[in-house]
Amino acid sequence: MIKWSAKRGFTAMMIAALFLIGMALPACAAGPAQKNLILATTTSTQDSGLLDVLIPVFEKRTGYFVKTIAVGSGQAMAMGQKGEADVLLVHSPDAEKKFVAEGSGVNRMIVMHNDFIVVGPPADPAAIKGAKSTVEAFKKIAAAGSLFLSRGDNSGTHAKEKGIWKAAGINPEGQKWYQETGLGMGQTLNVAAEKKGYTLADRGTWLSLQAKLGLPILKEGDPILLNVYHVIAVNPAKWPKVNADGAKAFSDFMVSVETQGIIKTYGVEKYRGALFFPDAGKKEDDLGK
Amino acid sequence: MNPAGNAHVLLQAEDLLVHRGGVTVLDIPTLDVFSGQVLALIGPNGAGKSTLLLTLAGLLKPARGRLLFRGERIGNGGFDYRRHIAMVFQEPLLFDATVFENVAAGLKIRGVGRAEIGRTVPEYLERFGVGHLAKRSARKLSGGEAQRTSLARAFVTKPEIVFLDEPFSSLDTPTRDALIGDLERILRETHTTAVASTHDQTEALRLADRMAVMNGGTIAQIGPVAEVINRPADEFVASFVGVETVLPGHVLRISDGVFTAAVEGGEIEAVGDVQAGEKVLCCIRPEHVTLSTNTSFSETSARNVFSGTIRKITPLGLFHRIYLNCGFDLVAYVTRQSLEELLLQEGKSVTASFKATAVHVIRRGALPPG
Amino acid sequence: MQSMDLILEGIQKAIYLIFTLDKEVLGITLLSLQVSGTATLISLFIGISVGTAVALTRFPGRQLVVSLINTGMGLPPVVVGLFVTIFLWRNGPLGFLEILYTPTAIILAQAVIATPIVTGITLASIQHLPANLRLQILALGATRVQMVWLLVKEARLPLLAAVMAGFGGVISEVGASIMVGGNIKGYSRVLTTATVMETGRGNFDIAIALSVILLLLSFAVNAILTQIQQRERPR
Repeated sequence: MIKWSAKRGFTAMMIAALFLIGMALPACAAGPAQKNLILATTTSTQDSGLLDVLIPVFEKRTGYFVKTIAVGSGQAMAMGQKGEADVLLVHSPDAEKKFVAEGSGVNRMIVMHNDFIVVGPPADPAAIKGAKSTVEAFKKIAAAGSLFLSRGDNSGTHAKEKGIWKAAGINPEGQKWYQETGLGMGQTLNVAAEKKGYTLADRGTWLSLQAKLGLPILKEGDPILLNVYHVIAVNPAKWPKVNADGAKAFSDFMVSVETQGIIKTYGVEKYRGALFFPDAGKKEDDLGK
Repeated sequence: MNPAGNAHVLLQAEDLLVHRGGVTVLDIPTLDVFSGQVLALIGPNGAGKSTLLLTLAGLLKPARGRLLFRGERIGNGGFDYRRHIAMVFQEPLLFDATVFENVAAGLKIRGVGRAEIGRTVPEYLERFGVGHLAKRSARKLSGGEAQRTSLARAFVTKPEIVFLDEPFSSLDTPTRDALIGDLERILRETHTTAVASTHDQTEALRLADRMAVMNGGTIAQIGPVAEVINRPADEFVASFVGVETVLPGHVLRISDGVFTAAVEGGEIEAVGDVQAGEKVLCCIRPEHVTLSTNTSFSETSARNVFSGTIRKITPLGLFHRIYLNCGFDLVAYVTRQSLEELLLQEGKSVTASFKATAVHVIRRGALPPG
Repeated sequence: MQSMDLILEGIQKAIYLIFTLDKEVLGITLLSLQVSGTATLISLFIGISVGTAVALTRFPGRQLVVSLINTGMGLPPVVVGLFVTIFLWRNGPLGFLEILYTPTAIILAQAVIATPIVTGITLASIQHLPANLRLQILALGATRVQMVWLLVKEARLPLLAAVMAGFGGVISEVGASIMVGGNIKGYSRVLTTATVMETGRGNFDIAIALSVILLLLSFAVNAILTQIQQRERPR
């Protein structure tokens, strides 16, 4: 055993520290700018795990280094508006249309869709299981004053939820039974399970947590519940510093036949159901019909 | 002792002016430090002793003035000069390390090799009485041990001048006494030049060759120790140094517990444990001196009887101070009554006597051979 | 109790991940160490020099500088993260460096967080040394450089506390790391950002496992530093 003294200990620590940092240096190299591609997307997209499969394929084929920044839809588009991202993969159609209209984005292409579901306590206190539509189900929840958890974070899910309340002519803000978590989808689901409340969730996240949740699906399939994903390149005319070539390559990749195939089969085995449905080339209004 | 005569000036200060907070704290037109001698600085708190020491050591930059070391001006930064001096403060200011490492610090700073440090440091540890504490942590030393370590640390670099700022004032009396004795011996053995400030007159007497009395940032009087004490330049110096007759001399002969010391201008008998030829300081308090105007020698038990003339009389409250010349300077106190009864006045001849037991002896070590 | 089960499950998972040397977890842990270690080292260089300089020098405005340093010690990491992000944006003043969403950016942000902590503690430690020690060291014939080195050595025990405070502050922070690093898998994902992500996904067992690993890491580093510090104490 080495005899420890303060001096020896100090020297040992310095050597260990320098060794570790030396190993870190190559990782810190930023890499040639042309090869970096900043993809802004949503947390639910990243959480589904689909990108963990697709991105490596893309990187291997094209040599780009993709930096996937997963934030809320709102922030993703704000990044695009400021030219701080190169390409977006989001699912907030109304906001996206505005984004393109104002000239921040180009080449908006439909990629895939998944759907939202309404889940709630097995006891279903508001009796929404038999409701004719999602809008009706929401009206019933409001009427019964049953606990409803909202993400409340301006995410795509939150935007969809707000749209449904609007269609129902109800303003849930400030009501006792309406609670906003400000959290991601997985956490919100856990809170709903914990407090035995209703919530709107994307199928993908629900499927990955379903086993432990105890929150059955109470409403699904309604066209209003469709969650459509588009890929949009940030407009290089507006922001010359963006990696326009990389954005194009990524957009083309997302709608390519091979990728669409991967999307179709993703998660089928693990979750016993497809998480996403490939839609490249289709028109948005045609979906769900 | 003949300080000004054969010793040469090692350090010279000229025209020193130091300000602090808009106030002048030091104003010294000239000051000489003689090689191989100890200069004591005494004075009340706030007189500027520490400031003067720091300035002389090159640690404080004066607003004006210069220092000459060996005749050469000390340049900016004074770094080279600092390598030739050492300073000991009132607090030991030891490093958080062992006694050995502390004493070696000055050598390490000078880049001395480990082997030589290993040879030199133990010698100085022994000399200052802390050899057995070499491996002890500085945090675990008593006040006296810590100050000894600080002294060893200062001396090990063989400085040409040692500056000491009241190094013993925070120690208790027995520790202080032992340390003063050791320091005095080492200063004498190594002929080190030193400038030391102190509150304590006995300390000054034991260590110093010359004394400077400071007041309000200036030097009220400077000169050989005996001169300053016996012939204070003004009332302030007189009241500060504590009036006592101090007579330097050496032991002529010893018999039966009583010895005779030869001082300049006479011989004095005193009681003490001394060796023949030893240098001593004989101190006589004025209240122990009796004056009489008749010339008969035989009626007193005092062994020291001298005739002399009154040089000066100064009033001091209820009594008077009489400055005598008996071949050597002597100060006596008399009551107003005695003054009038004996018709004492300046110029009058009197007989002064004091007992051998009234002489307070300070030993100054053996006289150098030859 | 459900939560106790969850925690136990998490600990089990942690042990499993550590013993099987799970590649991804290993990578995340190593990156956490490298990033926070580098940031702490940078903060030591800057912090000890600036702290010592301010402690030993009198200059106009010194009071203000000391206040700023003390305020900086309590800088919220998210605030630092936000400002560093804005600076590093492509269109921001430091955009040309192109280090946003890289480990380098995390090191930068963490260094900004840790430096005031180290500076403040160094400043206090040096000021706490006996007033005449500086003069005593100069009287021993030291050059200015030697003097500073000896003073720092004298203050080494509290300075070691500064190292621990700086490192502890950055290894555990998440706000700045997420913002400037982007939590990119296999590239800029560290223990704290991974924990937040897994919690957000609802994978509490993995989140707890990562937390356990982070705690172990933090404890290990501090144990070593404390050992060194305590060895100096009088026995």
